[in-house]
Amino acid sequence: MDVIDQEHDELETAFQAKVEAEQRIEPKDWMPEKYRQTLIRQMSQHAHSEIVGMLPEGNWLTRAPSLKRKTILMAKIQDEGGHGLYLYSATETLGISRDEMFEQLHSGKAKYSSIFNYPTLNWADIGAIGWLVDGAAITNQIALCRCSYGPYARAMIRICKEESFHQRQGYDIMMTMAQGTKEQREMAQDALNRWWWPTLMMFGPNDANSANSAQSMKWRIKRQSNDDLRQKFVDATVPQAEFLGLTIPDDKLAWNDVRGHYDFGEIDWEEFKAVVKGNGLCNRERLQARVDAHDGGKWVRDAALAYAAKKADRKAKAA
Amino acid sequence: MNIETKSELPLYEVFIRSKNGLDHKHVGSLHASDAEMALTNARDVYTRRGEGVSIWVVKSTDIVASSPEDRGSFYEPSDDKLYRHPTFFELPDEVGHL
Ligand SMILES: [Fe+2]
Ligand SMILES: [Fe+2]
Repeated sequence: MDVIDQEHDELETAFQAKVEAEQRIEPKDWMPEKYRQTLIRQMSQHAHSEIVGMLPEGNWLTRAPSLKRKTILMAKIQDEGGHGLYLYSATETLGISRDEMFEQLHSGKAKYSSIFNYPTLNWADIGAIGWLVDGAAITNQIALCRCSYGPYARAMIRICKEESFHQRQGYDIMMTMAQGTKEQREMAQDALNRWWWPTLMMFGPNDANSANSAQSMKWRIKRQSNDDLRQKFVDATVPQAEFLGLTIPDDKLAWNDVRGHYDFGEIDWEEFKAVVKGNGLCNRERLQARVDAHDGGKWVRDAALAYAAKKADRKAKAA
Repeated sequence: MNIETKSELPLYEVFIRSKNGLDHKHVGSLHASDAEMALTNARDVYTRRGEGVSIWVVKSTDIVASSPEDRGSFYEPSDDKLYRHPTFFELPDEVGHL
């Protein structure tokens, strides 16, 4: 083993010891290249998900049933934009530029959460998204608040503080509809039927099939496994559905006294794979909307830069 | 950082004082064409729920930072001055609280 290899091994051992001692890794600290790459992939995907996640809800902004619902939904969507920015900002500390991340999203190289490739067909879907999708996101994100990479953990803490409003506004919509007319109750049930399984997919593949999980757990990027988080979400959500008087679309769902958890059916992994691959109902539409928004905003960015240059120029001349 | 990203708006670091009496604290960063836009964007992104009473923005390239590798030697001058800590001095119990 040559000197460079040995030095690298020592750095890696020290890094692992630091992580295991629950010390946070900060941007300028030494880190294994794979740790950096894993974080860039995961964090940028997370950022993209926040931004793309604005689209299915944005679909209902102009059609929300009241001014109150409209302003609340607007604030919620604005938060998601903020979440995207916190995460892009944290990812940039790893040495990738914002433009590179956008380029990866727009070219399809980077993924975002598949849940946003499902359509929002009626107003109850907005309730179901807040309740279930944000609920699942919170479950994932709480675990990430203790992630070993400092900027990611800090962004997560900030985000988690804002998320509970999202879930509550969703549940509030579901409660209103579940207590409403027969037709409204049916809309709420229909929304739950369509969003339940895609929400469970948000936690990713089963632990046995999750290739990258073990390393991420070792590096303390991930603190809980996909299956554990999914179980946690199911256990928390079933009573909430019962309170609404709605039925979760899974005939295998049953309380297991021995495990102290709910048992539930198997996810349709073929559907999961198809949507990840780009064959969901809205993949193309979502990506196109992002590209259009970015291209459409180019003249604004250019004008702002030109204006800043002109101002700086004037200031220099006046001095 | 990258040559091909020169059209990117400059990066600003954002610091927020959550209330008077507390220090400004780093909260993250954002891109803006100039300091003025950085301030208004920081308000929109980082203070949507009354998180701040004062915001600082600094161009990231203007920040000079120490590097973790020379942590040892960089802080050494203070490490060997243990007498700067009150616990360095032994006090007889009779003196009481000092
Ligand atoms: Fe979010
Ligand atoms: Fe959210």
